[in-house]
Amino acid sequence: MREFGYERVFDVSGAVALLGADPDARFLGGGTNLVDLMKAGVERPARLIDVRELPLDGVEFTRDGGLRIGATVTNSDLAAHPEVRRHYPALAQAVLAGASGQLRNMATVGGNLLQRTRCGYFTDLSKPCNKRAPGSGCPALTGEHHNHAILGASEHCVATHPSDMAVALAAFDAVISYETADGPGELPIADFYLPVGDTPHIETALPPGALITGVTLPPAPVAAHSRYRKVRERASYAFAIGSIAAALDVQDDVIREVRLAFGAVASRPWRARAAERVLTGGPASAEAFAAAADAELAGAEPLAENGYKVTLIRNLVVAVLTELTEEADR
Amino acid sequence: MTTTTGIAAVTGAVGSAHTRVEGRDKVTGAARYAAEIPFAELAHGWLVLSTVARGRIRSVDDAPVLAMPGVLTVLHHRNAPRVETDYVGMLGRPNPVLGIFQHDRVPFVGWPVALVVAETSEQAREAAEALVVRYDEEPHDVAFFAGHPGAYTPQNNPMVQAETEKGDLEAQLGASAVVVDEEYTTPEEHHNPMEPHAATARWDGGRLDVVDSNQGSTWVASELAKLFSLDPASVRVRSEHVGGGFGSKGLSPHQVAAVMATTVLHRPVRVVLTRRQMFYLVGFRSPTAQRIRLGADADGRLRAFDHQAQSLTSTVHEFVETSAVLGRVMYDADAHHTLHRLVRLDVPTPAWMRAPGEAPGSFALESALDELAEKCGMDPIALRARNEPETGPVSGLPFSSRNVLACFEEGARRFGWADRDPRPGLRREGRWLLGTGTAAATYPSGVGPSTAAVTAEADGTFTVRINAADIGTGARTAMTLVAADALEVDPDRIRVRIADSDFGPAMFAGGSMGTRSWAWAVTIAADELRERLALGGAIPPEGITARSNTAEAIDALAKKERHSFGAQFSEVAVDVTTGEVRVRRLLGIYAAGTIVNPLTARSQFIGGMTWGLSMALHEEAIRDQASGGLVGADLAGYHFAAHADVPLIEADWVDDPVPDDPVGIKGIGEIGVVGVAAAIANAVWHATGVRHRNLPIRPDRVLRAAEGARRA
Ligand SMILES: Cc1cc2nc3c(=O)[nH]c(=O)nc-3n(C[C@H](O)[C@H](O)[C@H](O)COP(=O)(O)OP(=O)(O)OC[C@H]3O[C@@H](n4cnc5c(N)ncnc54)[C@H](O)[C@@H]3O)c2cc1C
Ligand code: SF4
Repeated sequence: MREFGYERVFDVSGAVALLGADPDARFLGGGTNLVDLMKAGVERPARLIDVRELPLDGVEFTRDGGLRIGATVTNSDLAAHPEVRRHYPALAQAVLAGASGQLRNMATVGGNLLQRTRCGYFTDLSKPCNKRAPGSGCPALTGEHHNHAILGASEHCVATHPSDMAVALAAFDAVISYETADGPGELPIADFYLPVGDTPHIETALPPGALITGVTLPPAPVAAHSRYRKVRERASYAFAIGSIAAALDVQDDVIREVRLAFGAVASRPWRARAAERVLTGGPASAEAFAAAADAELAGAEPLAENGYKVTLIRNLVVAVLTELTEEADR
Repeated sequence: MTTTTGIAAVTGAVGSAHTRVEGRDKVTGAARYAAEIPFAELAHGWLVLSTVARGRIRSVDDAPVLAMPGVLTVLHHRNAPRVETDYVGMLGRPNPVLGIFQHDRVPFVGWPVALVVAETSEQAREAAEALVVRYDEEPHDVAFFAGHPGAYTPQNNPMVQAETEKGDLEAQLGASAVVVDEEYTTPEEHHNPMEPHAATARWDGGRLDVVDSNQGSTWVASELAKLFSLDPASVRVRSEHVGGGFGSKGLSPHQVAAVMATTVLHRPVRVVLTRRQMFYLVGFRSPTAQRIRLGADADGRLRAFDHQAQSLTSTVHEFVETSAVLGRVMYDADAHHTLHRLVRLDVPTPAWMRAPGEAPGSFALESALDELAEKCGMDPIALRARNEPETGPVSGLPFSSRNVLACFEEGARRFGWADRDPRPGLRREGRWLLGTGTAAATYPSGVGPSTAAVTAEADGTFTVRINAADIGTGARTAMTLVAADALEVDPDRIRVRIADSDFGPAMFAGGSMGTRSWAWAVTIAADELRERLALGGAIPPEGITARSNTAEAIDALAKKERHSFGAQFSEVAVDVTTGEVRVRRLLGIYAAGTIVNPLTARSQFIGGMTWGLSMALHEEAIRDQASGGLVGADLAGYHFAAHADVPLIEADWVDDPVPDDPVGIKGIGEIGVVGVAAAIANAVWHATGVRHRNLPIRPDRVLRAAEGARRA
């Protein structure tokens, strides 16, 4: 582990300037991912710039009735926030389904969005990995990949994005705001995570040196009736092998609006737009849910050992949408 | 002050609940563990492990690393002190991995190739990670599967009888009304105690002094003496507090490396393993591929019994995971066959991981029994009762005591087994299918020679010295209670000192033998002291000490089948649409001799049962065929049960007197694990109608099985 400097910053422009001045510096949120990667030798920053004292720890309504969440809000505070629980319950559930109480107390929204994959090759310097060492190869393709991607992957990398929170954010069309030396900017979550292609080491469209300042959830009445369901290999404290964030508005047995996003199936949270199109305006029935899932999963390209995810996601879509429908009926 | 034993004799400490005598020190942080004990002039060593699975070291580029800040030395095969590995120790020939830095051969990923020593642990780590080692690689084989062409039957392995055989198996199978013939697998599993392995070595007035975290200081001291060709009296090993062992804390390369480095540098050197290094250096449980054939009459009586178990070992050392030993104790049949086979692969040598042999073996055997019960249309408990042997099925020896049926009876009553509908796949609660299962458990009750000293101090207290190890089990407390009863005094008056090789030889904490072995030695010494004190008279300032050695008494013990027994019960919920399995209840009832301290014994049992739960549902190391190493070798990647996975667990015991045993203790460290995975797998079958013969019962396996069942 390399020796590194540590600095705490108190204002956004100072943070951006400090990082810009040192290409070997990294922002430090809760450190729950970055510090682990430093211990594994995957990250070797010369300087950590601790952003937790920045004035970015609030959750407030936007003028149009959406929610703006500061980048340094902890995962615990986000999940406990009454407005989040009321208007975007799937987001609170997703955050609570992640990591452990101690980790959520440390982890921040910004850090959660930028956490790296849990692919076992990525964190092991003794093994090749295109994401860590571009061009070295992807041993997961023929090796251990039972929790790797089935959608949108490439021959260069089949890793998944591990965040639960981001899956709910994808379902709710979150917009990520950032600050650079050249001023502020915004990216809708659909554009935030880049396709894998042949550059798996470049994961987001954030400009170099950008500080994430917050996440904005546009108003979405459908989100109030939403759910996050996560399947993992133990009851707690494990990453998803498949998850779904769903929101449903059914009236007179017709689906007025539906939001669906999948986790642990791709290099980014997977917004299931094809499934949404199939469902919108149609009946809320188990058959329709299954057909919608099939439409989305038609493009799945499972590897030798992860085909079960297709079944799992399909079953989750049917189960969670059925639950939401039944609750709407009550 | 003149004191004899109490005026009114106090007994009854054994069998009543006592909190750990060092509990307060542990929860307040006052208890120091091996890596926390300060030494002046301490230097820190960091091991560098090979990244190739087979080959030779071409070069170790130590020059640039020696120039790094704080680096004191880099030890490797070209410059390290020589050690002697051609000897026979307490457990046979040493694992060649202890002969670190003696040659350029690399037999697996994780073989130690260098030790970097620096002023601080951070400097040592940074330098170790910068050290470039070049290899001439050779092709490797790390693929374990049933029927590997390299499989062989181990011959003359002092630790195991590879094969037992009686009767005509094929004939009895042919004559059987019901036959079960199935294959079961268990994966590579790792024991990772919370406290990583750590050792500090220094030379102190001509003696080698090692402060360690181990399961037996006699054992570690004697091996170090042999490795470094030292007079045994000139080696002292201490291990005051140990944060878990599970079979992994014997002698490993880090202790040897620390001794080498202190010898070279003439200052204390500490070597601590990282979590990832533990996955390569401290042993693990071999994967197993087992085939079981059972043939029975329609009423369930066994005619044929065949258990064949294949496991792996390294290319440098032979270790057998003795999965097939259970049947030699549990079930008799007209034809009876048990066999162990081994495959040599380019992987580290496996070792004893809690309930070695019995843990994977019981998964296969107790699952097969359940399958036989299903085929016979019998209750699984009734099937076991029908096949209860009078004497050891292979040895013909009498049992010292065997109360497995009493365990089933008590367990069935408490679990509500009588109301169980045996048909699978019938009970539903929302998205969950529910089922229950049971399995038998057994583990050998062994004993090893030990010495102890008990001193009556002038101030009216007593000091017990025994080279025992408390690896979190409560051994120190147990010895306090045993001594209190033998001396007929209150436990408060007793101070037990353990884990110091200068106290004289004693058994290590392993094989569920520690408490029985140490209690025997402590009892004999305390009995003698009590008799001496009964004569009256003043106690001199240096106290009065009685000593014991149980070697002869153990030799004189009548040959019998000596084992603990138990019955495991589980209730599970399975969602076949997501593959999730949740254990809702576990109940274990044991017949395990005298229970010294019910409080810590219960912890041992439920800890073992939780271990079995993890084995059933979670634990599995993934070996990467391409590199020969592991993928995800850390506690985020290697799963075991989290708190949320652990349900209501109850553990209790039935009376189990052992009339011919002077202490009556059988040992409880491992039996809690045995049978749990089978009880859970049997419950999963009862819930879903699908048999899971490959562990762990992961969601993807449940999903695939459900798909298969739907398509069929
Ligand atoms: C054992 C374990 C289990 C876990 N289980 C789960 C799980 O089940 N589900 C799940 O979703 N997550 C899980 N996590 C991951 C956890 O959610 C993330 O580690 C956490 O959210 C990261 O947040 P952080 O603030 O600690 O980020 P850090 O580790 O501080 O930073 C992560 C990255 O983000 C960058 N960064 C941080 N803040 C900013 C900012 N404001 N602007 C720009 N860059 C920034 C850092 O430079 C770094 O590159 C688990 C983690 C662990 C260790
Ligand atoms: S899947 Fe991606 S992260 Fe994993 S080894 Fe391949 S390139 Fe690396």
